[in-house]
Amino acid sequence: MIGIEHYVVVSSILFVLGVLGIFLNRKNVIVILMAIELILLAVNINLVAFSAFLGDLTGQVFAMFVLTVAAGEAAVGLAILVMYFRRRGTIAVDDVNRMKG
Amino acid sequence: MIQLLAFYLFAVLTIASGAITILARNPVHSVLWLILAFFNAAGLMLIVGAEFIAMLLVIVYVGAVAVLFLFVVMMLDIDFAELRAGFVKNFPLGIAVALVLLSEMVLGVGAYKAGGLELGTPDGTAAIPAGASNTEAIGALLYGKYLFLFEAAGIILLVAMIGAIVLTHRERSGVRGQNISSQVKRRPEDATVNVKPEIGKGVSL
Repeated sequence: MIGIEHYVVVSSILFVLGVLGIFLNRKNVIVILMAIELILLAVNINLVAFSAFLGDLTGQVFAMFVLTVAAGEAAVGLAILVMYFRRRGTIAVDDVNRMKG
Repeated sequence: MIQLLAFYLFAVLTIASGAITILARNPVHSVLWLILAFFNAAGLMLIVGAEFIAMLLVIVYVGAVAVLFLFVVMMLDIDFAELRAGFVKNFPLGIAVALVLLSEMVLGVGAYKAGGLELGTPDGTAAIPAGASNTEAIGALLYGKYLFLFEAAGIILLVAMIGAIVLTHRERSGVRGQNISSQVKRRPEDATVNVKPEIGKGVSL
């Protein structure tokens, strides 16, 4: 029988994979943004699973808001990325500190 | 039985495609594996009866976010081999952090399994009404109790849209644009002239 623990385990593995992705691809912002999407997906799975198993819909409503924020964050992040690429010709972010005034 | 099979299929595929997303050499492949991860996560949500969120995940993530990623990856001309330079160097640190996080989470799940903390029980205002479908129940909740949060989500999306446009828009010099006011101000008598040339002569324009 599938219990809530199964869902929590899947979502925690996915969350850890997202964090690992940020650490492994330190230079590539595109993959870092994708790893953030993976983290938010793990959070959503958690919210939906608890909502379904507790019989309370609030978790699913919150998952929708997380989805909204994730979409906005991806759009603004990719816009910043495109602007950075136009100026520098690369997206290596290990020297972004040059952007400071 | 079929639920068990479906759960393990979706769970394994979600985790596997998530892992390939962060390990793939080519970011285009990463985006495609990310799409597979989203699809399987939607399947995971579907089998607990959250069909609205599952469909939203497919529409918003696969239809909008992943395609946005794909556009940006293909639009920028980047040497991706150079960007992987620190991959091996960062590997031990990354694995260490990931293991610490994972052990913490396993601890958390173990504690939850052992009885959990004294949690409040749902107060029933957001309970799933009998006979209503998932989408119907979420709609009633979203446009009732959480109406202002819903409006706030709309404002967040509006701000993100304006922000993305302002950031990526650029004024290019040397491009001839349309001057609408001068077009509207132009009258027929300014633009046309009526001449009566002699036979055999031309007109000067």
